[in-house]
This record gives sequence, C-alpha cells and structure tokens, in this order.
Amino acid sequence: MAALTELTIAEARDGLSRKEFSAKELTEAHIKKMESTRILNAYVLETPERALEDAIASDLRRGNNEIGSLEGIPVGIKDLFCTEGFRTTACSHILDEFVPPYESYVTARMRAAGSVMLGKTNLDEFAMGSSNETSYFGAVRNPWAPSGTDQILVPGGSSGGSASAVAAGLCLGATGTDTGGSIRQPASFCGIVGMKPTYGRCSRWGIIAFASSLDQAGPMTRTVRDSAIMLGAMAGFDPHDSTSSKHVVPDFEDSLGKGIKGLKIGIPAEYRSGGIDPEISGLWEKGSKWLKDQGAQIIDITLPQTKYALPTYYIIAPAEASSNLARYDGMRYGLRVNGSDLTETYMKTRAEGFGPEVRRRIMIGTYVLSAGYYDAYYLKAQKVRRLISEDFETAFKSVDAILTPTSPTPAFELGSKSDDLIAMYLNDVFTVPASLAGLPAISVPCGLSSNGLPLGLQIITPAFDEITLFRVGEALENAAGWSPRPVGAQV
Amino acid sequence: MSVDKSTVTRIAQLARIDVPEHEADELAEELNNILGWVEQLNEVDTEGVVPMSSGMPGAELRQRQDQITEQDNRDLILINAPESRDGFILVPKVIE
Repeated sequence: MAALTELTIAEARDGLSRKEFSAKELTEAHIKKMESTRILNAYVLETPERALEDAIASDLRRGNNEIGSLEGIPVGIKDLFCTEGFRTTACSHILDEFVPPYESYVTARMRAAGSVMLGKTNLDEFAMGSSNETSYFGAVRNPWAPSGTDQILVPGGSSGGSASAVAAGLCLGATGTDTGGSIRQPASFCGIVGMKPTYGRCSRWGIIAFASSLDQAGPMTRTVRDSAIMLGAMAGFDPHDSTSSKHVVPDFEDSLGKGIKGLKIGIPAEYRSGGIDPEISGLWEKGSKWLKDQGAQIIDITLPQTKYALPTYYIIAPAEASSNLARYDGMRYGLRVNGSDLTETYMKTRAEGFGPEVRRRIMIGTYVLSAGYYDAYYLKAQKVRRLISEDFETAFKSVDAILTPTSPTPAFELGSKSDDLIAMYLNDVFTVPASLAGLPAISVPCGLSSNGLPLGLQIITPAFDEITLFRVGEALENAAGWSPRPVGAQV
Repeated sequence: MSVDKSTVTRIAQLARIDVPEHEADELAEELNNILGWVEQLNEVDTEGVVPMSSGMPGAELRQRQDQITEQDNRDLILINAPESRDGFILVPKVIE
C-alpha cells in the first residue's frame, strides 16, 4: 500500500471504511510529513493538537457508524477562512494575531462532514498575488523543480500554500479561494486539480473579503474525483451570505464515470493570441484531441472581449478591495500603530499593516472610485464585464464546455517577476474571464513541460453546471493517464 | 489621465494610508503604469450596456429580516481589541 500521505481522498475514504488504518493514524502520518517539510513554508499555522482531537473524534463516530463525506480526511485550510479559536491573518501584518470568535461557513460544513484540520496554509497577502510572494509570512516554495536543477520555483498564487501542501503530501486536500485565478493557476503550477465553483455555490461568510463580487471558495485536490467529493462538503446555501445560492447541490461524485460522448467542447480562438508558451499551446491541442477521441465534438468558438478581461479585472477587483479593506483601521482588532491623532493613527496603522501590493491595489481602487474618475474607470469596467459575461452566454448556446490552458507559462523562479507588475498580472489572463462571468472552472494537470514542470488545462462550463465540468475534467485526467507527483529538490 | 505626486498624496489621504514623501514619485509611476494599461478599455464600445455589478448576471441580493441574530459575545470580541478597559474597546480621542 502507498504511504498514507500519498493517497487520494477517495482511497483514504476506502481504507478508513475497510479499517486498514484509523483517522488517527492517517492524521499522524500527515502531521509528521507537515513537520518534516517545513522548508516549503506551506503552512503558516500548524494545528496538530486540534488535528488529533478531530481524528480521534472521527474514529469514535465511525465506530458508531456516523460517517460524513469527509470523515477522517486531513485537510489544510487557506488562512483566509476564519477558524474559531485559531489565528487567522490573510497573511497580512494588519490582522496581526487575530483569533476569530467564529468559524467560516465552508469550514464549518467540512468539519461537520468529518474533516480533520491540520493547519492554516500560506497565501499572498489578502489573496492579492499570483506567486505567493506577497505573504507577510514569506514566500512558499513549489515542491517541483525543473529537471536536473535545484532552482526554487513559486507555487503560484494566491492559494500557493494550499497548492504546495496538496502536491507535496502535507494534506489530502485543501481549501482555496479564487478571485481571478487564485485556485486554478497555483493548481496548474503544482500539478494538482483546482476548482472554482459557480459564484454563490460556496458561502463567503467567514472568508476574509478581497473582491466580493468575484471571491469564491473551492477545493484543491490531487484528482478530479477528490475535487467532486470535497466540493460536495463545501457547497450549500447559507443565509449569512446574501449572494449564497439556493441552487440544489447535486451529488457531484455521481457525475463521474459516465464519459463525455456527444458533449460539445468549445475552443476559443482569442486564447491563442499573445504570450502563450508553445509547449502550452501544444498541450492544449493534445487536450482537445483527447476529448475528441472520447467522443466529444470539438467546435471553434469566439469570445471577442477576452483581451479586455484582465484590465477590467484590475479595475473592479481593486475597487472592491479598497472598500472591503477600509475596515482595517486598527481600532477593534489587529495591528494599531499610534499617531498624534485619530487620522494619523489610521494612516500609520494602514501604512505599516499592509504590504506594498495591497497598498498599491487599495490606492488604485480608491482612485477609480474617486469623484471624477468613477464613470471613466469603474463604471466602464462594469459595462465591459457585462460584455465579457455575454460572450460566454453566446458561446454556451453552441457548446457544453470550453477548453483553454490554465496559465500562459509553467511555474517560474522565485523573485523573477516581482518587479514587473503587469507581467505578474498576465498570469491570470486565461482564468480571469470566467471569474468576471461568475462561471465554474477547473484546472486539471495534463502533462509536463520539456523541463519537467506540470502544466494544466482549464475547463469552463455554464453557471451551476459543475457536473459537466467534472465529467470533462475526468476525461482529461484519464487521457493524461498521469498521477503527477512532484519531482525535484524541494521534497 | 496621468497621476502626479500631488494626486498620490490626495489618494493616500482618501485611502488613509501614509505615503512617505520619498515613496510618492515611485508610487505615481506604478499607478500610471497600471492606469495606462487599463485605459485600453476605452477601445470597447459600451454604448447602452448596463453595468454588471453582481457576481453573476441575474444574481439578486436577498434581504434578511431586520432582527438581532447575534448573541451577547462581548468578551469574545474584546479578545482581539488592541486596547480595552471595563468591557469597552479603547480608541484614540475622537472629539476635541
């Protein structure tokens, strides 16, 4: 049998039910691995006592035949989810040693389903970044390294800690959040499956807000099946979130194993243009052939506004962030840096508490919302957002799903893009359009670059059609015939 | 539209973020880079397009009953306060 930290969630679930090992043994193996792999900096808070407590309780429940969908499964929680009694920081100095007095809805649901919390995973500060280099707790390392080198690569971001932890076996699955690609891009960089559900599928209650019209929680796992299992535990209506959907949550796992015969898959012409690595476009073609070979019909489609998605995002997301982050004033919780009067206290607290990227985005957001500029920037962006969303609506009249690359490049070297803001933003060029339209999307690892780094492909489906998303994802996964494990100097 | 040093100072004041004098020039340049790049949106004809302000087209915001739903959790809240006394959060003097 494989090491306990190498199992998928589905395999662990079977092993637990066959009593091959206990939740306590499974958890202890992960705690050991987490402690021996600290070099990745994937966790910013390890909670081994809580994990053991959860595991022992899970074994007891199993003894009583009370078995939830994540019963005894050790998971990592992105440090953007409030966890009652456990420090939650968004990896920002401004939240300092904040200990939430309540639990986020998503993590509460997962816990009720039997999951075991191993700790809180690292992220870009307030989820603003694509490389996990803006964290107050330092950068995360990708467990992969280019063949024959000991180069240190970024894991992507913002859910870089979660992606790195899942890839390296420091948990069986982890929560992520995705505003413009923060689940899918790191999943692609680390060779795992990352899924952003339809906007409203998972409650935002208790998740530290970045851009509320875009933020969405989702699962990060090693397989598509695990993604379906985990989403089932995370999703569901929550009266605390005014945008939480009342849509019925189907049995996502039940959608698997049914093939994709007859499905129509769209290939958007606009995603071919600009800056795409030839290896990635090659993989994209291979992916579409894989789907065709399994009985899907490949159709060329057009999403004309694609090139405007990223600039639209970089108006809307900072605008919402500048409003959301106004609450960090040093008065009620978190860091306070005293000045000579109230205003100076605010200004010093926020200057010291926020890192450079967060400050920059708040400034951009404040500018585009300020008198005289609101119409030219913010309102304009909201109108283009509508057009981007309509592009998808039109496309989905003729196709069931859309196949694209996840990211224009494989994982890059730590520090190599931190000086060029726009180059960093371009990481999300393929993921942002689905975010703006609120659509579900998944990144599935489909191959390796010539220097041995994982590459993912993205699937996008209509709102609330995660079933088709998982079906196509499974088809890609089967064709890739590949269970990626990190190769390199880092683990 | 171009952002100069005095605009940076004004935005910093609005955003309540202290920007030291020596950082204002660099920040102005960074903001200009980003704003210059997003201005390509002006190429898009948005005449008559209804702005999209929700996370999904057609998504509606629910309103809840205007009722108290929280328990008395004062002590829990005070745990995170930078300064507190006698069950209150202490803040700098607001009224002169």
